[in-house]
Amino acid sequence: MPNYSWPPMTTRKAIGQRLTRHDGIEKASGRAKYNSDLNKQDLLYGVLLTSPYAHARIRSIDTSAAERVPGVTAVTVIVKAGEEVNWQSQEIAAVAATSEQAARDGVRAIKIDFEVLPHVVREEDLSKVGNRATPAGEQVTGDPEKAFKEAEVSAEGQYGIPVLTHCCLEPHGQIVQWTPSGVNYWPSTQNVSGIGPDLAKNLEIPATQVKVHQDHIGGGFGSKFASDRWGLEAARLSKASGGRPVKLFLDRATELNIAGNRPSAFAKIKMAAKRDGTITGWESTSWATGGMSGGGMPPLPYVFTNIPNKRLNHSAVKTNGGPLRAWRAPNHPQASFLTCAAVEDLAAKLGMDPIEVFLKNLQWAPEARRESYAHQFKKAAEMAEWSKRWHRRGDSGSGNIKRGLGVGICTWGGAGHLSNCRATIHPDGSVQIELGSQDLGTGTRTIIAQVAAETYGLPVEAVKVSLGDNAFPASNASGGSTTVGGVCSSTRIATVNALEKLFEQVATGLNTTPDKLEAVGGKIQVKGDAAKSLTWAAACKKLGTQSITEMGQNDPKNPKGLNTQGVAGVQIADVSVDVETGVVKMNRMVAVQDCGLVVNPRLAESQVLGACIMSICGALMEERIMDARTGRVLNPDMEFYKLAGAADIGEILVHMDIREENDKRGIIGLGEPPTVGGIAAIANAVANAIGVRVPMVPLTPDRVLMALEEKRSA
Amino acid sequence: MQAFEYANPTTVKDAIALLSDDAAVLAGGTDLISMMKEYLATPKRLVNIKSIKELGGIAKAGGGLRIGATATFDELATSTLVRTEYPSLQQAALGVTSPQIRNMGTVGGDLLQRPRCWYFRNGFGILGKDKDGTSLAPIGENRYHAIFPKGDAYYVNPSSLAPALIALGAKAKIAGPNGNREVGIDELYVIPGTNSGRELSLQPNEILTEIVVPAARGTKNATYEVRHKEALDWPLATASVALQMKGTSIAKASIVLGHVGPTPVMAAAAANALTGKTLSADLATEAGRLAVEGANPMSGNTYKLQLVRTAVKRAIMQAGGIKA
Ligand SMILES: Cc1cc2nc3c(=O)[nH]c(=O)nc-3n(C[C@H](O)[C@H](O)[C@H](O)COP(=O)(O)OP(=O)(O)OC[C@H]3O[C@@H](n4cnc5c(N)ncnc54)[C@H](O)[C@@H]3O)c2cc1C
Repeated sequence: MPNYSWPPMTTRKAIGQRLTRHDGIEKASGRAKYNSDLNKQDLLYGVLLTSPYAHARIRSIDTSAAERVPGVTAVTVIVKAGEEVNWQSQEIAAVAATSEQAARDGVRAIKIDFEVLPHVVREEDLSKVGNRATPAGEQVTGDPEKAFKEAEVSAEGQYGIPVLTHCCLEPHGQIVQWTPSGVNYWPSTQNVSGIGPDLAKNLEIPATQVKVHQDHIGGGFGSKFASDRWGLEAARLSKASGGRPVKLFLDRATELNIAGNRPSAFAKIKMAAKRDGTITGWESTSWATGGMSGGGMPPLPYVFTNIPNKRLNHSAVKTNGGPLRAWRAPNHPQASFLTCAAVEDLAAKLGMDPIEVFLKNLQWAPEARRESYAHQFKKAAEMAEWSKRWHRRGDSGSGNIKRGLGVGICTWGGAGHLSNCRATIHPDGSVQIELGSQDLGTGTRTIIAQVAAETYGLPVEAVKVSLGDNAFPASNASGGSTTVGGVCSSTRIATVNALEKLFEQVATGLNTTPDKLEAVGGKIQVKGDAAKSLTWAAACKKLGTQSITEMGQNDPKNPKGLNTQGVAGVQIADVSVDVETGVVKMNRMVAVQDCGLVVNPRLAESQVLGACIMSICGALMEERIMDARTGRVLNPDMEFYKLAGAADIGEILVHMDIREENDKRGIIGLGEPPTVGGIAAIANAVANAIGVRVPMVPLTPDRVLMALEEKRSA
Repeated sequence: MQAFEYANPTTVKDAIALLSDDAAVLAGGTDLISMMKEYLATPKRLVNIKSIKELGGIAKAGGGLRIGATATFDELATSTLVRTEYPSLQQAALGVTSPQIRNMGTVGGDLLQRPRCWYFRNGFGILGKDKDGTSLAPIGENRYHAIFPKGDAYYVNPSSLAPALIALGAKAKIAGPNGNREVGIDELYVIPGTNSGRELSLQPNEILTEIVVPAARGTKNATYEVRHKEALDWPLATASVALQMKGTSIAKASIVLGHVGPTPVMAAAAANALTGKTLSADLATEAGRLAVEGANPMSGNTYKLQLVRTAVKRAIMQAGGIKA
């Protein structure tokens, strides 16, 4: 069997280079075309009619006037008379027309008689949700009663993190065209290979009939795996309109209301500890919502999973809000915030440096990650000037601006997914890599080129990478931080296989056997005897008219040591809080993260930078605001659904934990872990700065001032 | 949005002739177009006033300042005249942190934009009432609402420029079918009598043509804005102050609060407390304390009391050049 393993760190040429993204200029200059940018000939516009109510029964629905609106070509009904809608903006009907305005006019002409039903949309107060809470059943480990009775100290607190939405800049949607030979489908998706079969299933046509193409996607974050209702309706509208292509992308309000959200999480947490900071017991009562499916329990206690005595209770709360979808590291940011906030509060109570308390309790973390955390805490503390800047909680001087530091941690899996790659070497020396995968903007094209260039000993620019079409060999969806491991491993295997074939063709000419050959510096040469060589071009010429095409597969059950899972990361936030206004400003965010073998440090750092920015948004700004009485989302826009701008970010320092012992584990995914610890770090930094815990994120001026007020009156 | 007719007159007279109950003045369009997309405004005709030359520009006039209705935030923020004598106005203009809105949005449009109350923008009427007439803000989400509500009006006046202009004693010139009139900036705003009413005193067939700001020599002025985010965000509370000085003491003060009431709020008690006094940090703090007198906050916006205290204190200190 050929040797697929990664070349040793020291001899790598293309892998490990700090290259910029291949499509960077294309994107920055606006030349890159997203599917929502496309306009096809004879294009029709699709618009959804959605529910204005959080909960209602449709007594009757009449589409006849809509069908008569000039320009309207088709109307489909999703929720029929007698059926219910369970959240605001739930899809009820769809209209296609020759212009977007005509489609909107069509939507407005549909007459619906609603019977408005009672709703519950708020979950922060568990005592007020009535029968909407479903307890999961108590989980007990060890003897929590005894642990608390014997505790030298105990600390307790209540913490909450609200529902937030994915807020993809390119909304969900697609263009679909129903033709006699099949369905052409241009979605915005994280799942190029899988979304065709998904749509086909919903349309009850063979999967072979759906052609999918997508060059770029404008954000997904875990919310764009399926063809969704809007995909199905767009296809039905196209069919009903004689096969004209239909473009149906959600408007901003609908996007924020129904295209995915990250569940909330609230918890009352109690910890028993020794005076030296060792945690001996944990009790948590948590609840969460992600819409009508409730919300699962975040993995509590986070990272310190082996705390010996635990009592866990969780309730999933059903609310009449849009359905949850995976959001970068599902449940981890919530769990990290809840756990790290409680640990920081314990440290404050003990008057200890929280990093010491974290280190003390690493004994409860999975053994495989302990060394990483210890190393990373040290590194992050150094970068954040912890020893110089950290002070005891609230010990931040007399001025109005209080500075503070806080820490948060992450863990994640990130093993490579099932991925197939086709590698082709042409007689003219050009090389091509094809995968039915997608580049979420992370630089997937670039790293694939680096892997292929490494195998072939060619410059990275020489590799043509084609993604984004389901005619290419299937790769799994990009979710769970599985892409980098999957596509790099399949590319490695495919290119090694292709190179073997090339060696077979040229070995005789070089008076040697294929196993004695290597590809380096644009040449095929005899190992240890560089004089005996052919240029890459000359070698490929020997193929005559026949290109080499070889496949490679990353099989998650046997990744051949190319990729693995399990990472650690530590983040430290440095904030300043204006205690007269409650406004929190980021001074600095430090992130230390490992992800095994790093194919491209620049892109890895970019990924962490983006994750830190998302954490800043989540910690300080983002929140879906529901109105209890009307059941409406009050801020489905980008004015009051707040996101950070460049001026709100402060400085971000990233350190990729690239070390021999991490590298030799192989590639591990990075998309999600760095989004996990930031919220905890920022919330802890604010507590450290102002001397009191702000129990609920985002840490908006009203909440910060309220916490200060309570501290004053306490 | 509803289909509409577009008119592009070049004189105020023609523009007025084109206006009616079913028409709307189009300036930068940054608010009007979003209102139209939501069907909250459904004009049958848009009358663009940006082609009317005489409505533009910023110039000295009679010792004071004349600001054309279609002058943009950007023109205001970059004018040397404004910066040197009316820093309060420049600071208010720069508080609109989106360059796109500063480039497109006009002074007239800023003064006459509709409130951002999320009940209003979600279709519950200007007073934000449920079908049975219940006011939604007091029982709902009111973190961005008024702490000085008036009657059933819980929304806040959205204009960042209005408080600064009022504090400076500016007037608005209005042209209509029956000629011209001049009103104080504060008189542009009224409390709507019904949920479908309007909060503006301007009639649908009138055009705001220009703003006249009196001379500010000897008047120290400043605007302080508390904003959650640096980038693209609304103020949570603002204070604009104008202090007429007599030597080192304050002869007359004007303090106007923004984003805390359905109209800009004159903090009279705070202003009176400054009269005849010498500027100091303590005096500024005292004014801040008095500025929230009579406030009536709701379940979720008590924090705005503290923001007002701070904004007033800091605006006074900024105007007086006192370091914190
Ligand atoms: C995210 C965001 C943040 C914002 N932040 C702020 C902020 O911090 N502070 C702030 O003040 N504003 C803010 N704005 C609002 C912005 O300033 C207004 O949209 C803008 O000033 C409106 O000016 P315009 O010229 O575009 O008006 P238009 O949208 O053209 O008009 C607004 C209204 O005024 C009427 N009108 C305009 N000019 C005249 C005239 N001369 N005579 C008669 N009627 C007229 C129009 O008919 C319309 O009803 C923000 C907006 C957004 C989207």
